[in-house]
Amino acid sequence: MAGATKPVRILRNLNAKIAALPMITTALVIFVGCTIWTIVHSFTNSRLLPKLEFVGFAQYERLWSTRRWLISIENLAYFGIGSLVFSLVIGFLLAALLDQKIRFENTVRTIILYPFALSFIVTGLVWQWILNPEFGIQHIVRSLGFENFVFDPLYNPDIVIFGVLIAGLWQGTGFIMVILLSGLRGIDGEIWKASRIDGIPKWKTYLFVVIPMMRPTFVTALVIITAGIIKVYDLVVAQTNGGPGIASEVPAKYVYDSMFRSQNLGQGFAASTMMLLSVLIVLIPWAYLEFGGRKNGK
Amino acid sequence: MANNMNETTAGVVTGPSGPKPRPILSPRNIMIYGTILVVCFYYALPLYVMIVTSLKGMPEIRLGNIFSPPVEITFQPWVKAWAEACTGLDCTGLSKGFWNSVKILIPSATLSILIASINGYALANWKFKGSEVFFTILIFGAFVPYQVVIYPIVIILRELGLFGKLPGLVLVHVIFGMPILTLLFRNYFTSLPEELFKAARVDGAGFWGIYFRIMVPMSLPIFVVALILQVTGIWNDFLFGVIYTKPENYPMTVQLNNIVNSVQGVKEYNVNMAATMLTGIVPLIIYFASGKLFVRGIAAGAVKG
Amino acid sequence: MDHLKKILIATTAAGAMSISSVTLATELEVTHWWTSGGEAAAVAEFAKALNEKTDHTWVDGAIAGSGGTARPIIISRILGGDPMGATQLNHGRQAEELVEAGLMLDLTDIAEEENWRDLVHPVSLLDSCTVDGRVYCVPVNIHSWQWLWLSNKAFADAGVDVPSDWFEFVEAGPALGEAGKIPLAMGQQGWQVSGAFGVINIAVGGPELWQKINVDKDAEAAASPEMLKVFDAFAQARLLSQGSNVQDWNQATNMVITDQAGGQIMGDWAQGEFQVAGEVAGEDYTCLPGLGVNEVISTGGDAFYFPKNDDPEITAAQKELASLLLSKEVQVAFNLKKGSLPVRGDVDLEAANDCMRKGLQILADGNILVSGDQVLTPDTTSQVEDLLAEFWSDNSMTPEMAQERYANIIANAD
Repeated sequence: MAGATKPVRILRNLNAKIAALPMITTALVIFVGCTIWTIVHSFTNSRLLPKLEFVGFAQYERLWSTRRWLISIENLAYFGIGSLVFSLVIGFLLAALLDQKIRFENTVRTIILYPFALSFIVTGLVWQWILNPEFGIQHIVRSLGFENFVFDPLYNPDIVIFGVLIAGLWQGTGFIMVILLSGLRGIDGEIWKASRIDGIPKWKTYLFVVIPMMRPTFVTALVIITAGIIKVYDLVVAQTNGGPGIASEVPAKYVYDSMFRSQNLGQGFAASTMMLLSVLIVLIPWAYLEFGGRKNGK
Repeated sequence: MANNMNETTAGVVTGPSGPKPRPILSPRNIMIYGTILVVCFYYALPLYVMIVTSLKGMPEIRLGNIFSPPVEITFQPWVKAWAEACTGLDCTGLSKGFWNSVKILIPSATLSILIASINGYALANWKFKGSEVFFTILIFGAFVPYQVVIYPIVIILRELGLFGKLPGLVLVHVIFGMPILTLLFRNYFTSLPEELFKAARVDGAGFWGIYFRIMVPMSLPIFVVALILQVTGIWNDFLFGVIYTKPENYPMTVQLNNIVNSVQGVKEYNVNMAATMLTGIVPLIIYFASGKLFVRGIAAGAVKG
Repeated sequence: MDHLKKILIATTAAGAMSISSVTLATELEVTHWWTSGGEAAAVAEFAKALNEKTDHTWVDGAIAGSGGTARPIIISRILGGDPMGATQLNHGRQAEELVEAGLMLDLTDIAEEENWRDLVHPVSLLDSCTVDGRVYCVPVNIHSWQWLWLSNKAFADAGVDVPSDWFEFVEAGPALGEAGKIPLAMGQQGWQVSGAFGVINIAVGGPELWQKINVDKDAEAAASPEMLKVFDAFAQARLLSQGSNVQDWNQATNMVITDQAGGQIMGDWAQGEFQVAGEVAGEDYTCLPGLGVNEVISTGGDAFYFPKNDDPEITAAQKELASLLLSKEVQVAFNLKKGSLPVRGDVDLEAANDCMRKGLQILADGNILVSGDQVLTPDTTSQVEDLLAEFWSDNSMTPEMAQERYANIIANAD
């Protein structure tokens, strides 16, 4: 047998390597090569065309003194924290609700999750319409007799990002709920029996036993939400296009606009490098916990 | 709205602590089903508003409220959105974008699933030196903000002569679909019983033989899941469509955004909503038709990671 | 729009049938962001001319939104090596680097052959197309920003006279408000706000101040007390536009057309919208060039660039289109629909209406300025747009705060 496996192994390596060629190319050329290319060019003064005239950290200095970038970061923070907190809280509550052995579970889940199938463009446009002060919610509440009712988040620079958040949550919470629900279902039924015998109220069991046990699921949900937050672009483009003024700008849009509208590639590259950096700040601790921890465990 | 949600769902926490015997109309059940009703109402509302608005005439929209059902149902907005709405001189509606999206979707979904499943298969059953390194890089790629690589990809596509053409966009979709799909397939193939694979090897089957004769037939559910993921993902893409194609190849989402932003005189909200519905219909049909598979798919792809 | 479509189909068919001449018929894709009613009607004239007078076919590549949305798409396509046959851009510094990188077709030979230098008036428009003595674009019209469009009926409803300058307009504001009108209509996009700011700058601060800041990039002038007056006036305008929640410029124009708003500061292209709506200058609406204060117009405008192409047939077709765009007949037909002024000094606009005649007179008197696009880089322009858009939407930002940041941008402009 030993003699027979050797040539097979060589063959196996060859075939598998050929088959994995697209993956290897993508990993090296796109995710490593292009990323490095962008980082290198973020230190140049490239305008409309990429040039290798290095200017040190000048693009970054300008970036962090540009009001629009600061607003974008601030919005991302609000949007991000809002998304995280509300997605996890609402998602978990909905999951717990669906886990009560209710009737019509499938129907309910279908209704809660369908927005996730839609494009952000669709979501943005629908919510733009619902939040339109002349026709939407504000108009309806006013016509009910509350003449002074004001609810026009998309036209108020102070709260516009929350108007975007409402739409984002509508689309995304269903997905988080599904993830958390599958985590809940993975919890051993014995836990529930034990806590019932001990007379521990259900909510306490959730809070102190189940949630800690679901840590890996929560971490996954957290990473998925975070990755989505940093990429947020389509939703803003469709719903507000950054307005009113520049009150709902986000970093992804700053990058696009710097590159193609302002014709200032270096600035766009610097901004996108900052986005990458913020992803790494979230990703590296997670990878360390997930994979580093697993190795230690084994 | 968000506040309401919070208050109503907060009630759930106290729900389960109610009395243990469960008559149908127990306070606990009323609480739970009441909450569920409110939640479903919130999630279903936008879809309802879209449909209702798209069936009204403009005068009715101007006078009425967005939640009231249409007094006089008209399909004119749908006809206009599909075939007549204008972007500049081009008054062909969304239909062109629909067919473009189909033309982008079919090769993108097929190719990306084929490549990713082979990747996953190689990573699960035929590990070679360095394969884990490439896989890690690929998974890292799933988190790289697109903005970091969009410009270098413009250059790559230019050098390949594919910029602005459909194959270029297909390539981009294959690249960005690869991380998550590879992960999905790798996890699934790893979970298959190893004896199967070993037995096939003993029978003398090779890399491709095992893939086509054993792995693919055994993994149909995961292929369906991947298909659902890719079809909705590619259909809903906006960013790549904007950057890597030109107007005649615009996918439906980009054209939707164009039509909605191309105003002649007054905004025709009914046409806009009909157009929005039309764009949303394809993923919605897939979603409603695939039911549990959709849920299982996204959950599997995400949780196991 | 339907009739436009029919014209186009008909002319395309006609063009396709007359393949009798020697030159080969090619399809030229032309990108532009002219998507409003008036604009689309105007660009249809170009399409008609190309389809009827040559064997080539106009393939329309309209991109909706504003220039801010369309330019990125246009530029990334040129950079991506998938150039269109021709494209609209505002001439000046937007295409500067594309020309320097050798991505644009050199039109110098036809320009010399047809003597564009004598035809184009004012000649500064051609200068903006010229880099190192070579011509790279065709100016097609003169657009000026400095117009205040007023709804006569809105003022009648409010019981006040139609104002004759900006200051009277500001005074009439409260009366309009009481009559349930929004005094000043304004779309919420940055370029509109920024454009209106430039207009107020020239009207209130005077053309010299504008030139010092925008042409000489004089940061001191930008921080001067005179300029603060401009910012104050701009803050006044912000106050007058409260409640104007529309996005697109033509929606704002529509508010004036339907008498919901008193007026709008917008370039002369707004005229196309009045025309499509069947309104008559002087009767239904009034126009005040230079806000009725300083009757000066800036002579910016649109130009067509022709990205370089490897296919010699396309290059030949591009040159044919270039010379066609500047021909007398096309200039008249196009500009009448567009509401802009022709770039040729030698055409007679008999059909020109009241407002256009005012513009032509100012042009003939030589009271002209270059436009912002010609002197500021897109980078600076976007910074200014972002600042002013923020100012406009945020009532808590004072004129002083805005001025300080404005001066800072000008100091760093190149």
